[in-house]
Amino acid sequence: MNQDVKTTDTVPVAPPPPSRLRTFLASDIVYSWQRQPVVIIATLVTLTMFAGALFAPWIAPQNPFDPRQLELIDAFTPPLTTSDFTGNFYLLGSDSQGRDVFSAILYGSRISLLVGFAAVLFALALGTALGLMAGFRGGWRDALIMRIADVQLTFPSILMALLIFGVIRGFLPRSMHAEVAIIVLIVAIGLSDWVQYARAVRGATMVEKGKEYVQAARVIGLPDHRILFQHILPNVMRPVLVIGTIGLALAIIAEATLSFLGVGMPATQPSLGTLIRVGQDYMFSGEWWILLFPGVALLLLALSVNLLGDWLRDVLNPKLR
Amino acid sequence: MLAFLIQRVLQAIFVMFVVALISFSLFHYVGDPVLNMLGQEATEADRAALRAQLGLDQPVVVQFWQFVINAAQFEFGISYRSARSVSDLILERLPATLELAIISAIFAVVMGIVLGIYTAIQRGSWLSKFIMTASLIGVSLPTFLIGILLIYLFAVELGWLPAFGRGQVVDLGWWNTGLLTASGLRSLILPAITLGLFQLTLIMRLVRAEMLEVLRTDYIKFARARGLSKRVVNLRHALKNTLIPVITIIGLQLGTIIAFAIITETVFQWPGVGALFITAVRFVDVPVMAAYLMMIALVFVVINLVVDLLYYAVDPRLRVQGGGK
Amino acid sequence: MSSTPSSGEHNAAAVAGHEPGAAGQKPVLSVRQLRVEFPTRHATLVALDDISFDIAPGEVLGVVGESGAGKSMIGNAVIQLLEPPGHIAGGEVHLSGRRIDDLAEEDFVPLRGRHIGMIFQDPLTSLNPLFSIGDQLIETLRTHLPIGEKQARERALALLTEVGIPAPETRLDSYPHQFSGGMRQRVVIALALAAEPELIIADEPTTALDVSVQAQILALLKRVCAERGAAVMLVTHDMGVIAETADRVAVMYAGRLIEIGPVNEVIRHPQHPYTVGLMASIPGLAKRRERLYQIEGAMPRLAAIPTGCAFNPRCPHAAERCRTERPELLPVGGSRAACWLHDPENPLPRRDTLDTRQGEPALDSPGETAR
Repeated sequence: MNQDVKTTDTVPVAPPPPSRLRTFLASDIVYSWQRQPVVIIATLVTLTMFAGALFAPWIAPQNPFDPRQLELIDAFTPPLTTSDFTGNFYLLGSDSQGRDVFSAILYGSRISLLVGFAAVLFALALGTALGLMAGFRGGWRDALIMRIADVQLTFPSILMALLIFGVIRGFLPRSMHAEVAIIVLIVAIGLSDWVQYARAVRGATMVEKGKEYVQAARVIGLPDHRILFQHILPNVMRPVLVIGTIGLALAIIAEATLSFLGVGMPATQPSLGTLIRVGQDYMFSGEWWILLFPGVALLLLALSVNLLGDWLRDVLNPKLR
Repeated sequence: MLAFLIQRVLQAIFVMFVVALISFSLFHYVGDPVLNMLGQEATEADRAALRAQLGLDQPVVVQFWQFVINAAQFEFGISYRSARSVSDLILERLPATLELAIISAIFAVVMGIVLGIYTAIQRGSWLSKFIMTASLIGVSLPTFLIGILLIYLFAVELGWLPAFGRGQVVDLGWWNTGLLTASGLRSLILPAITLGLFQLTLIMRLVRAEMLEVLRTDYIKFARARGLSKRVVNLRHALKNTLIPVITIIGLQLGTIIAFAIITETVFQWPGVGALFITAVRFVDVPVMAAYLMMIALVFVVINLVVDLLYYAVDPRLRVQGGGK
Repeated sequence: MSSTPSSGEHNAAAVAGHEPGAAGQKPVLSVRQLRVEFPTRHATLVALDDISFDIAPGEVLGVVGESGAGKSMIGNAVIQLLEPPGHIAGGEVHLSGRRIDDLAEEDFVPLRGRHIGMIFQDPLTSLNPLFSIGDQLIETLRTHLPIGEKQARERALALLTEVGIPAPETRLDSYPHQFSGGMRQRVVIALALAAEPELIIADEPTTALDVSVQAQILALLKRVCAERGAAVMLVTHDMGVIAETADRVAVMYAGRLIEIGPVNEVIRHPQHPYTVGLMASIPGLAKRRERLYQIEGAMPRLAAIPTGCAFNPRCPHAAERCRTERPELLPVGGSRAACWLHDPENPLPRRDTLDTRQGEPALDSPGETAR
């Protein structure tokens, strides 16, 4: 094992061509991955849940969003039971609508992951754009953006997400609330989380801006947008991706929290958080499976994505630790 | 030093100004307050009258100024949903939230510091490793899931503690407290743990990291070389130096506790301001949202200022700036 | 010739470390075959290897060497403040005849400050910034002496006066950042001496100070220790400091003690080829050379210490024996040096002209032996 470390350590001594550098980087990550059983388990859990969410329509016995497929007569079937009425098998039981909990979890994590990824991408894009502008242009734009960032940082992001959610809903007619819930959620979570990307990108941009190659590019008269997108942007992406890996776990948790609070996904289109909110009502009446399984699913998802994010951050950027 | 404080106060005022602007925009642009208050059936004349009464016919700047003045007097108008004064709604629910937040904060700070010190000093012990692993899980889990787990375990399965509500409350006239009855105290345990757990793990990890840093410094080594006992070195010298940077974060975390109370209050059906706010968001009850926003902003700004002052009081390097030779 | 402590003399090789004290008294500190190891993932590093020496009461022993030679490690090992995973892996340390290296941490705590005082390199970081110097002095005094707050305060004032802090009664409640570097080092000395320990370990006490302050601090250290009859182990890389302050000097190389003897003897007649090179490379001590001497190569890393004499790859005299067999400290002149040149039975022949008494060393020859 120790010898492996040595060989990977000595590779950069001889200047490798870019493709080999990439393989070296990859092998380093792979090496670190192999050494941590917790990370391996987290990866497997994450991949399983991703796959389950992605292929939900093919795996799930029913589409829980389609009321026509629900058998009301099968309501509250316990787990691992075949219904006497319809002959349907309920792996994880069914809820008050006769909705198969297993299917609901698959479709629910689909929504949770979709919102999580989209919100992170939104925050990342917005934060990077604003950070580039603040760092590269400076002046009043920088001052304005950073002031807004400061004010927003004063508040926890879940509170920001709640507020943004409330404001957007205020502008929309009530009838549209359920339909656009998913977009509103993505925007609210994304808007609540752009600041850290903007700060990281601004700092990195200011560092890059001072470097000679950027000065040289300016001297030869390259237009600003080419300098920005071809030279600076690639160099500031690393911290952004590192923040993004952690951000995904946070966004998933934020979505679940909002949905749990009843201001996220509606019960007709439940995400994991909505399922837990609905299931909470049955905690005292004995139908424990309606709460337990979505809860465990969210727990596994949040925990393993978080662990993976932590680990990736350490591998990609040991300095942030 | 004074310059620093003035700068901080100015920054606080700026934050409050921005928040007031947002709250005001909510009022002004989200929905139609007159429509919301009078309903669809009111006549045009009634609407115009109310509009004039509310000052909505004034220029925007004047309206904003009026809003700020009202806010300074804790006057936020009438809730669209319950048709009651927003300030009354908030005031009657504030004690529940504050009691929960303060107890959670004490729990989080005390346990966080104690566990942080323990895991720093006994770095190699299995108990430390266990606590660190558990804290990683604690940080990764959503607060509401922890709350539900606690309810399931201690209320449903074991039946030791109440699952929701505030228990029996004593009305002191200006304050209603759950701290004076057994059922009130029992009802407080699970929500307080739920709310405090996340901050506890954060504080613990922070104290641990900072303490490990301090334990590596020369003055700790010199303190040991002077023959001071382990206890004195760890708990007198190292702890004081550890806590100074930690104060800032802890202070900011306290503000977060009040914000996170929203989630805990929903899980435990705790009759506090957070639950009120969630209902307001759900039903787009703008006056309540605006009032809550202003209140939370004020709490955060005040905490920030107090943290700065505390920092200044604890660290002699700041206190006697320029006093040396 | 008196005086290794009689306790654990089962180790026959202790003869090599047998070192007469300055005036033949019982030594305050007696170190025998001390070995300090740092286990790492790849290998166990030997940071100190077979170190033996004595310090007599009132004596100042200078310890010199390049950075990384292990000179600070000796002090840290004696007072048992080695950074983990470093630990004493062999040998014995005796303080006033009592064995102390095998004491458990809780038994060792009362010795620190009371019997062994320590002064660190950087006065700026040695004092806790959040406690007034009065607090730190009184706390130290009351830890070791059965006195009350008021008495402790009086003693603290007396100590500050003694180390030359002007108007101490007004400075007692000041915080470290209100003092200059030199003043802080005076406070550090007062703290180290507060409980009148019989041994002071001063680890580079003047390195971090302005040159103009260095001499004052050294003079102060020497005076207060002499007044108390305390023995001093002065660790430094600066031969000038040694020449000015120490009675005897020990030269470290790659975790080993390679030469020890009276200061004048070692400076004027260095016996180990490394010491010869070291003295020749110091501006003040090298007698009007055209240019300063430079020892070829660099000190080996702890992970790669050569077999035999650790200096052999750089030594102009190195022979086959030097690469296989490790020399012990052998008496020569007034001092002792770990070099086969001084083997009484079978002295190694000198290979060339590297000798301070004969002038310019030949710079080209060491290269050959190194290959």
